[in-house]
Amino acid sequence: MSNPILRTESLSLVYGKGTPFEKQAVKNVSIEINRGEVIGVIGHTGSGKSTLMQMLNGLIKPTSGKVFLDGKDIHADKKSLRNVRFRVGLVFQYPENQLFEETVRRDIAFGPHNMGLPEEAIEKRVKSAAAFAGLKPELLDRSPFDLSGGEKRRAAIAGVIAMDPEVLILDEPTAGLDPMGREDLLSQIDAYHKSRNNTVLLVSHSMEDIAGIADRVLVMNHGECVMLDTTQNVFSKAAELEKIGLRIPQITKITSELRAKGVPLSEGILTVSEAFEEIRAILKKEGRL
Amino acid sequence: MDFIRTEHLSFYYEQEDEQQNTPIDVLRDVSLSVKKGEFLAVIGHNGSGKSTLSKHFNAILLPTGGKVFVEELDTSDEDRIYDVRRKVGLVLQNPDNQLVASIVEEDVAFGPENLGVAPEEIRRRVDEALKAVDMYEYRLHAPHKLSGGQKQRIAIAGILAMEPDCIVLDEPTAMLDPKGREEVISAVTKLNRERGITVVLITHNMDETTRCDRVVVMDKGRILTEGTPREVFSQVQLLRSHRLDVPQATELCSMLSACGVDFLQLPLDTEECVKVLSEVLL
Amino acid sequence: MMRDITLGQYYPSNGVLHRLDPRIKVLLLIGVIVLIFCTFNFYALGVVALLVAASVILSKVPVKLYLKSMKAIILVILITSLLNLFYGTGEPIFQWWIFKVTADGIKNSIYVAVRIISLVMVSSSLTFTTSPTDLTDALERLMKPLSVLKIKTHEIAMMMTIALRFVPTLLEETDKIMSAQKARGADMESGNLIRRIKALIPVLVPLFVSAFRRAYELAMAMECRCYQGGEGRTRMKQLHMSARDFVALGVLLVAVAGVVLCNIFL
Repeated sequence: MSNPILRTESLSLVYGKGTPFEKQAVKNVSIEINRGEVIGVIGHTGSGKSTLMQMLNGLIKPTSGKVFLDGKDIHADKKSLRNVRFRVGLVFQYPENQLFEETVRRDIAFGPHNMGLPEEAIEKRVKSAAAFAGLKPELLDRSPFDLSGGEKRRAAIAGVIAMDPEVLILDEPTAGLDPMGREDLLSQIDAYHKSRNNTVLLVSHSMEDIAGIADRVLVMNHGECVMLDTTQNVFSKAAELEKIGLRIPQITKITSELRAKGVPLSEGILTVSEAFEEIRAILKKEGRL
Repeated sequence: MDFIRTEHLSFYYEQEDEQQNTPIDVLRDVSLSVKKGEFLAVIGHNGSGKSTLSKHFNAILLPTGGKVFVEELDTSDEDRIYDVRRKVGLVLQNPDNQLVASIVEEDVAFGPENLGVAPEEIRRRVDEALKAVDMYEYRLHAPHKLSGGQKQRIAIAGILAMEPDCIVLDEPTAMLDPKGREEVISAVTKLNRERGITVVLITHNMDETTRCDRVVVMDKGRILTEGTPREVFSQVQLLRSHRLDVPQATELCSMLSACGVDFLQLPLDTEECVKVLSEVLL
Repeated sequence: MMRDITLGQYYPSNGVLHRLDPRIKVLLLIGVIVLIFCTFNFYALGVVALLVAASVILSKVPVKLYLKSMKAIILVILITSLLNLFYGTGEPIFQWWIFKVTADGIKNSIYVAVRIISLVMVSSSLTFTTSPTDLTDALERLMKPLSVLKIKTHEIAMMMTIALRFVPTLLEETDKIMSAQKARGADMESGNLIRRIKALIPVLVPLFVSAFRRAYELAMAMECRCYQGGEGRTRMKQLHMSARDFVALGVLLVAVAGVVLCNIFL
C-alpha cells in the first residue's frame, strides 16, 4: 500500500549517551504499518518493543530517525504532539494501575475530556468505549477501585478506546489474566477492530494469542526489527525464531514437524481448527474416517 | 503420608458494602491432601478460590469452617502459627512486593533472621538457598534491577532459607514473561526432585502443570476434578466447558478422537502429539 | 529516566574509608561535625580542614564528585559569607555606601565558608563510601541503647530498610503512570501553578493506591517469613571492629587534641 498510517525511518534511541550506562534501546527501525492492519509485536523483555511502541505516539523522542503519522513527521511541530497521542492510542502494560477517578465513567472520560470534546460527545464515547471493552454499563457509576481485576483492565482499555484513536497500541493487554479473561479480551479487541476498521498493534508474549488475531507480525530483538511479515511467514521460520529465544505456537510447531515427516499439511498453520480440518481431510481422502 | 490435609474447609468473607452484608463464599467444603514430597498443581480461574486455598496452607488465612492440618498441627492453633509457617513457606504473585531488603542476600536472610537462627548458620543457609535457585552470583545486587524471573527466584530463596518442608507458590508466574516463567518452574521442579521439598503450585497456565505429579482443578470454590496431568487433561470436554485451557496438542487430538480416530492416550505436549499423529497419518 | 537515580551517592571502590566499620564512620562524622563548630581560630580551623582533606583523599572517590555535591549549595556559601563580610564590627578597612568591610568581617566570612565546605565534604565522604544498607545497619546498632528510653529502634530501622528498598520501585512506577496519563492527553508541563498541581492528581492517586497495595502485600510476605518484630531476631551480618577502625578513632582523638590545643594556646 502506498499510504501507510504509520511509518518509521531509521528510528534509534540511545539512553545515557556518553555515560558508562549507555544503552541502545532501539536500533535503526524502519517499518511501515498499513491502515486497518492488526500487527502482532513479539520479542523478549528488553528487546525494545515497548520502547518502540512509546516512540510511535511520541511519548519517547528518538535520538535519531523519524516517525510519520499519516505522512507527517510527528516531531515536526511540538504543539501537535499531544494531538498525535489522541490519534495513536497507547494502552500500557497493567493499565489498571493508572485508574484514578471517582467513577469508572469519569475515568474513561479523562482522555476525551483532555481532547476538549463537548460533554454530549464525551458521554457517547464513554458508552461506546465501555461496550467495546466489554464493560457492563452498570459498572460505569462504580468506583474503579471496587471492580475486579479483569474489569479494571477493561475500564483502563476503554479509557484509551474512548479517544477513538486511528491506531490502537496494546502493550501486553492480557498479561496476568486467566485463560477465560484472555480469550474474552482478545475477542473483544478483534470485534472492536472489525467494527472500527482501525489499525491495531498488539504486543504479546503469547504466540497463540498473536496467531489467532494478527495479520502481520513484527519481531524485535536487541532493539532491532528482525522480521515484519505475514503471521504465517513469520511462524514458518521456527528455527530463526528459536535462535533468538522465541517460540512458535504449539499447533504450528506440531504441524510443521508432521510436514517435515512427509504429512501433506500446509505451511504455517496457526490455529487448532485449521490443523484439525486439514488432518480430517487427509484421513477422509484415505477413506479412514 | 499426608503433609497438609484440609477437612471440609470452607471460607467466606463479609462483603464490606453499605447496603448488604452478604457473606461471599470463596471455598466450599474442600477436602484435599498434599502428600509429603509431592509436586501438586492447583489450577482454576481467577476467583475459583485457588489463591485463598493456598493462603490457608500456612495460616495466613484461617478457615471459617472445617480444619487445615500441617502434619499434626492445626493451623488455627494460634500458639503454633510460626511452627506452621516454618514448615510451609508461601511465595506470592508479585515479586516486587515480597522482597524486603535492598540487597539480595540480605533479603534472603530476612526469614532466618526472624527465626533467630545463629549468624553463621544464616550465612550458610543464604548461600545454599541462592545456589539452589541459581542466583548466587547476584547475591550483592539490588533486587529492583533484576528481571521478574530473577526476583521471583530470590523470593523462593528467601523461603528456602527458612528450610521449610513444603513451598506453596501462589501464581508465581502470572506477572512474568515466558523466560521468567520457565526459570521459576525449573527452579521449583529442581527443588522438588533433588531435595524432596513438597511443592504446591497455584497457576492458571496449564502448560506449567505437565511436570507435576498431580493436578487439582478448582472451580467456584470447589474441587472440580483431580488426578495426574494426563488424567486431568484427557477430560478436554469438562475443562473446555469450564473454559479452562487445554494444551493445543491435547485439544487437537481430542477433536480428532471425537471424529473416530483412536488414540491410546491423548498427548500432552508437542513431542507426544507429533509421535501419535505420525503413527496415524503415515 | 528516573530509574537511574540511585539513593544516596554510594560510590563503590576499595578505599580505606570504604572498609571502615560503618558505625565508626557515623561516630567519626559526628565527631568531625562537632570539631568544625568548636574551632575558634585559624589554626584550629586548619587542623579540621586537614582532617577533612585527608578523608576526601582516603575515600578514593573522584574529587569531581565532591565538587558536584558542592555545586548545589554554592549559593548558600556565597550568601552567608557575604552577609558575614558586611556584618563585622570594628574599624572598616573598606567602605562604600552602607557597606563596610572590617577585618573582623573578612575573618568571619572565611570561617563560615570553610566550615560549610568542610561540613559538606565530610558528610559526602560518608555517603560516598557507605552503602545505604550499611548506613541503616550502623544507625540501627548505634541507636540500640536508645531502646532503654522506649524508643522503637528496631521499627525505625525496619522502616528505613523498607524505604530504601521501595523508593526506586515507586520512582519507576511514577514514571510509568505519568507516561500512561500523558498517553491519554494529560498535560503536565503547561499552565499556572494551580493547573499543574491539579494535573498531578491523575498521577498521585494511582501512586497512593499502588503504594497501599504494595504495603499490604509486603506485610503478608513478611508474615509468611515469620516476622514478629525485633524481639528474638538475629542478624546475618555481624559488624566487627578491626585495627583500622581503632586507628581511625585514634586519628580523630589526635585531631580533637590538636583543635583543643590550638584553641587554648594559639
